[in-house]
Amino acid sequence: MALKKKDHLELYRQMVLIRRVEERSAELYQAGKIGGFLHLYIGQEAVSTGIVSVRQPQDRIITAYRDHGVALNVGISAKAVIAELLGKETGVSKGRGGSMHMADIEKNFWGGHAIVGAHLPIAAGMALGDQYEDRDGVTICMFGDGATNIGFFHEGVNLSKVWNLPVLWLCENNQYGMGTAVDRASAVEQIHMKAEGYGIPHSRLEDGMDIMKVREAVGAALDHIRSGKGPYFLEVMTYRFQGHSMGDPQRYREKDEVTKWEQSDPIGIYHRYIVGDKIATKVDLDKIEEAVETEVNEAIEFAEASPDPGFDTLYDYMYASKE
Amino acid sequence: MAIITMRQAISDALWEEMERDPKVFIMGQEVGVWGGTYAVTKGFLDHFGEKRVRDTPIAESAIVGAGIGASMVGLRPVSEIMTINFAFVAMDYIVNEAPKMHTMFGGQMSVPLVIRTAGGGGRQLGATHSQTPDAIFAHFPGLKVVSPGTPADAKGLLKAAIRDNDPVLFIEHAAMYQVRGEVPEGDYTTPIGVSKVQREGDAVTIVTYCKGLQLSMAAADQLSAEGIEVEIVDLRSLRPLDMGPALESFKKTNRAVIVEEGWPSYGVGAEVATRLYEAAFDYADAPIKRVAQKEVPLPYNAALEQFALPQVEHVVAAVKEVL
Ligand SMILES: Cc1ncc(C[n+]2csc(CCOP(=O)(O)OP(=O)(O)O)c2C)c(N)n1
Ligand SMILES: [Mg+2]
Repeated sequence: MALKKKDHLELYRQMVLIRRVEERSAELYQAGKIGGFLHLYIGQEAVSTGIVSVRQPQDRIITAYRDHGVALNVGISAKAVIAELLGKETGVSKGRGGSMHMADIEKNFWGGHAIVGAHLPIAAGMALGDQYEDRDGVTICMFGDGATNIGFFHEGVNLSKVWNLPVLWLCENNQYGMGTAVDRASAVEQIHMKAEGYGIPHSRLEDGMDIMKVREAVGAALDHIRSGKGPYFLEVMTYRFQGHSMGDPQRYREKDEVTKWEQSDPIGIYHRYIVGDKIATKVDLDKIEEAVETEVNEAIEFAEASPDPGFDTLYDYMYASKE
Repeated sequence: MAIITMRQAISDALWEEMERDPKVFIMGQEVGVWGGTYAVTKGFLDHFGEKRVRDTPIAESAIVGAGIGASMVGLRPVSEIMTINFAFVAMDYIVNEAPKMHTMFGGQMSVPLVIRTAGGGGRQLGATHSQTPDAIFAHFPGLKVVSPGTPADAKGLLKAAIRDNDPVLFIEHAAMYQVRGEVPEGDYTTPIGVSKVQREGDAVTIVTYCKGLQLSMAAADQLSAEGIEVEIVDLRSLRPLDMGPALESFKKTNRAVIVEEGWPSYGVGAEVATRLYEAAFDYADAPIKRVAQKEVPLPYNAALEQFALPQVEHVVAAVKEVL
């Protein structure tokens, strides 16, 4: 599916929006306005933006706690994202979830899950739901490199093949799980090879910093699954520019390594592509950046002015059943 | 009213619910071809087919995790854990995923999942296979925990659990499948979170559930022969815990014995006794007694195992002590 100028501008806008929201969130965190853990998506924007841009509306998406990118890509407003970070009633999860637990099921985004690897079997179950009801949606399950070493991963991936479930296992290999490099934690560095043991077709995208390549790889994987061939495993190489979460002293990697990767900034790559191929001008992109700036400013104002959840609502969502 | 076994009552409940609602399906180890470890699902595979009677790998996390996912997208799974001793390897899903989804995302998702399992000792299976750890699971808000003591309640509670919009852990007793009892004709449900007086009396209140009910009923017969009429309150649900009938009874008898099969420390008896004291301290004419399992990993040797488990004579003795 060829992209028109306006599509490129929209994807660029999303990537810039993620970047700005994350940068401003870091400031809000430092100012003590965001509590708990805050895992930034800076550096990985091409991955979630590419994935969400090629999925169909019936394709579910579920990810781990590093979820602000997907949240914004699926169209949750910056207001609802930042309000959630601030724990406000107007947040996308009504201030109950926080940074790690954002979801909007109307947009087929099923969260934001904070126990490493635990959402993989859950994703398999969602795909089972679609298979059971003869719907043609694919469940796209994103997880980190670190998540491929926990038992949940293996149980979920195995089950997906046993039942031939329509699920895309999408490993975002940003090369570290907290401070542990992949080769210090995983028996294989080529993580997609783990799918081989489960008879699931797999591949690795070496350049996950280029959104066009992400789109191509994910699109092909989704076509494969939608044609009824069962699950697919795609590993996407990427890099997070910031620490694992706020306050990470980053003793496990050299400054040089980070600097080197920063040269393949996914936003810079996309900028050069758009301007170089004369899809749009630098002026067009500048305008988008300005608009995003304003949007994020307004979102922060909105979030700060929003009410906290009332104490009288503490038990509101304990059970779904009406008593 | 027909007199049937616990096994038949549970099997009938499952069968009738699967006939009633095509979204209900079962998955677990040996539920299909084998016919269920305790023969509860014998004949199901032939009648309902592989789509709805799903044999799974030995992967408890995936069994419950996929059940959560499938329930989140609209199905009504019954995930079976062969025995509660294997629930520990699915602990994350039972206590940390299923009960959290609804509340953590601000009410967007629900998990109408039933986790069926069997617990209990007395079958010479050794320490790893003989536990009654119900209280652990009842600790978690957001999860419902039921454990019936009669065929009628087993059938009604299982139907209620399947129709419930929240995750329900349904705990059977592995040594009670042959217990017989009267079961109402036709379709009925037994409400979750409602205790029941199973036998009336005025001397002492016995609060119990599941296997404890059997012991207590037998003790009541012996005591009755000596002119002591006990009142037996069957909790049936451990969460939500309905203290109404127990309190009412305690205010009448002013004495209570709590009978459970699990260990007393941090257990059901500890909880119930505290609640009785908190709400009706002034009514107590004697310290409340607990009858429970001795605090050891259960041994294999038959006599030693029985020595460690609560017995009818312990209930009789406890009642006499508080009188
Ligand atoms: C079961 C479990 N163990 C440990 C943690 C703590 N923890 C949170 S994130 C993380 C690293 C995960 O790394 P990876 O899967 O590569 O994702 P990334 O953070 O790189 O996106 C750890 C150990 C957790 N949340 N859950
Ligand atoms: Mg990682």
